[in-house]
Amino acid sequence: MLYRENGQFKTSYTTDSRVFPIAQDRIGIALLLAFAVVGVPLLADEYAFRAILIPFLILSLAALGLNILVGYCGQVSLGTGAFMAVGAYAAYNFMVRIEGMPLLLALLMGGVCATVVGVLFGIPSLRIKGLYLAVATLAAQFFVDWAFLRISWFTNNSTSGSVSVSGLNVFGIPLNTPHEKYLLCLGFLVVFAWIAKNLVRSHIGREWMAIRDMDVAASVIGIRPVYAKLTAFAVSSFMVGVAGALWGFVHLGSWEPAAFSIDRSFQLLFMIIIGGLGSIMGSFFGAAFIVVLPIFLNQFLPALGGLFGVSISTAGVAHAELMIFGALIVFFLIVEPHGLARLWSTAKEKMRLWPFPH
Amino acid sequence: MKFKTLALAATLALAGTLVPIAHAQNKVQFFPSLTGRTGPVAPNATPFANGYADYMKLVNLRGGINGVMTLVEECETAYATDRGVECYERLKGKHGGATVFQPLSTGITFALTEKIPNDKIPMITSGYGRSDSQDGGVFKWNFPLIGHYWVAGDVVLQHIAKQEGGWDKLRGKKIAVVYHDSPFGKELLPIIDERRKMHGFEVQLLPVPAPGVEQKSIWLQVRQQRPDFVIMQTWGVMTATAIKEAVATGYPREKMFGTWWSGAEPDLRDIGAAAKGYSAVMMQHGAEPNAPVVKEILDKVHAKGQGTGPRDEVGQVLYMRGVVGAMLAVEGVRAAQERFGKGKVMTGEQARWGYENLNLTQAKLDALGFKGVMRPVSTSCFDHMGSAWARVHTWDGAKFTWASDWLQADEQIIKPMVRSSAERYAAEKKITRRDPKDCQS
Repeated sequence: MLYRENGQFKTSYTTDSRVFPIAQDRIGIALLLAFAVVGVPLLADEYAFRAILIPFLILSLAALGLNILVGYCGQVSLGTGAFMAVGAYAAYNFMVRIEGMPLLLALLMGGVCATVVGVLFGIPSLRIKGLYLAVATLAAQFFVDWAFLRISWFTNNSTSGSVSVSGLNVFGIPLNTPHEKYLLCLGFLVVFAWIAKNLVRSHIGREWMAIRDMDVAASVIGIRPVYAKLTAFAVSSFMVGVAGALWGFVHLGSWEPAAFSIDRSFQLLFMIIIGGLGSIMGSFFGAAFIVVLPIFLNQFLPALGGLFGVSISTAGVAHAELMIFGALIVFFLIVEPHGLARLWSTAKEKMRLWPFPH
Repeated sequence: MKFKTLALAATLALAGTLVPIAHAQNKVQFFPSLTGRTGPVAPNATPFANGYADYMKLVNLRGGINGVMTLVEECETAYATDRGVECYERLKGKHGGATVFQPLSTGITFALTEKIPNDKIPMITSGYGRSDSQDGGVFKWNFPLIGHYWVAGDVVLQHIAKQEGGWDKLRGKKIAVVYHDSPFGKELLPIIDERRKMHGFEVQLLPVPAPGVEQKSIWLQVRQQRPDFVIMQTWGVMTATAIKEAVATGYPREKMFGTWWSGAEPDLRDIGAAAKGYSAVMMQHGAEPNAPVVKEILDKVHAKGQGTGPRDEVGQVLYMRGVVGAMLAVEGVRAAQERFGKGKVMTGEQARWGYENLNLTQAKLDALGFKGVMRPVSTSCFDHMGSAWARVHTWDGAKFTWASDWLQADEQIIKPMVRSSAERYAAEKKITRRDPKDCQS
């Protein structure tokens, strides 16, 4: 009843091409943003910021980047962890090697370096497709792991191979409290989500989707696969690279290549599969599912046991967490193979018809 | 779904080991425990966590720390850095604030080193973590008590040199280093390199990618190159794999030397007699089945059914390391109570003073039940390690026996390395060295 666009007429091109054509959506998003900026800091404690919200925001950004490549352009990639690592290490090198380098610029330059590497490893996509491409991008993962472990220049000759950053500031404002870090990550995410949403509904987004749906047909109607595929790799790696830089700088503070291992690539791929391929919203849902659920289970199970007077050993909780988590993934994929984003859009459809479904 | 969760939780609680819930009391000293009970290091990290928990129970049975009871809460990291950071954030504010963290992972140590100065919580990293954090002038909150990797590396080489009959006998020899390809593994290399420059032996580096279950090619390289000795800086399932591969390629175990994370029962038990002759340097203690503290734990904790893990692991190498870790954590608090008030709960900041002014004499250690297990430890503002003693033990096919006398790492070599590395860190982080006045605080 409330969620219905009846009476909202589009009278100009501007209104016709809005990101959110329905007024209720606009209000909803505005409220959500306001809540994220003002409400969350009032409610969240330090633990929620550091352990849940910041990782969620950063991995959402990475999932968003990956979703452009896999979900919109149909190029399966297992090199996400590698592109994150390139972003993080490049930003680190800009920070330590250039005196007075602003943090934001370093983070973005990390993204630029990741773009270059991403495009480089995207070149094989012109010849190979599907699972074969996934294996080819795996090469990026192994190569980057090797490079950051072996080439000591990248780690500023750190003896242990671990690098760290501290004393971060944005425009002279020190970035100390988790609240400030949260706002920085939120800012990046909002800007990139807005860019991504607009990109996928522009001509370039349509090219990506055409390539995804059938590349031969796409090239017949005049879409250049080289351009479409490589731009997808470029945009995707840029976002993933910035996410990687944020992961290192803001979340971990000190990291080694293991922080961006093959497990990270799989984790991000699972996020977008569970969240919904080819959906901006799906990236957020997937990230929330994969980041928050294990932590929730890990704390909920002992509490649940406590209610019944049983205590579960630490190892028991860890095993149960993995089992339940795995079971839930299977459950959701059976119930909704198109991901959580589809559940969300189904719910929206239902709301439009409510209370008179037909 | 909910029923399933309940059923699962119930089954697990019945099947798994039951840990009694420590009820929060008014006056508790909270010791968080970051565990690695699952994942690639589980066989080794589990006894450590059990020893840590058991000793804390024993402290409570002995009457607490001047009446203040200890409380342990575990959080599982599975040796993953991001989970470790999450655990740290989860536990640091609980039960009146964490006293001290012992992450048992070099990766987590590196990440937490950046966080603890802001939260004012000390961190003990006995035998792991950053070697340069021995320099308390730069690393105010880190305590690599009783040893770090450079001590391990120096003592291993000393032992080899002694066996050969002097440092000059090492000239021209070839020593291979098989190491975990991560900060944990690489931290060992600077001391090996330093000694290589001094004594003119040749070093062959053989990094093994984590988690280290695939080492065929590494050991084929060893067979091909025939190094005179192999030093192993390995942890978890990696050590057992390495020794199995050495057996398969026929490299003599007598020429293989582990550092202190690579020589414990879980690594060698399954290989048994085939691993005979393998040695590892031990951070002071080894397997101590006859130590008074072990007997006390068996009598007071395990006999009452309060033991955290299986009874037969009590006194094993890594169980003992957990016990020693817990003892150091507790004694630091006791030292802090001397200054800030006996019978009071210490904050992390007060406990830090205790760790910095630790003075465990032999008499004190003996009274705690560590007779024959440990040598005195004495820390100061500029030395956060407090002791550089170690011994080497050898596997006889079924158990460990001591193969060397007490050996001391050469401070003349390690101190300058620690200092220059710490200076580098300070310059990178724009930290100014603490002045002597700050040491009093």
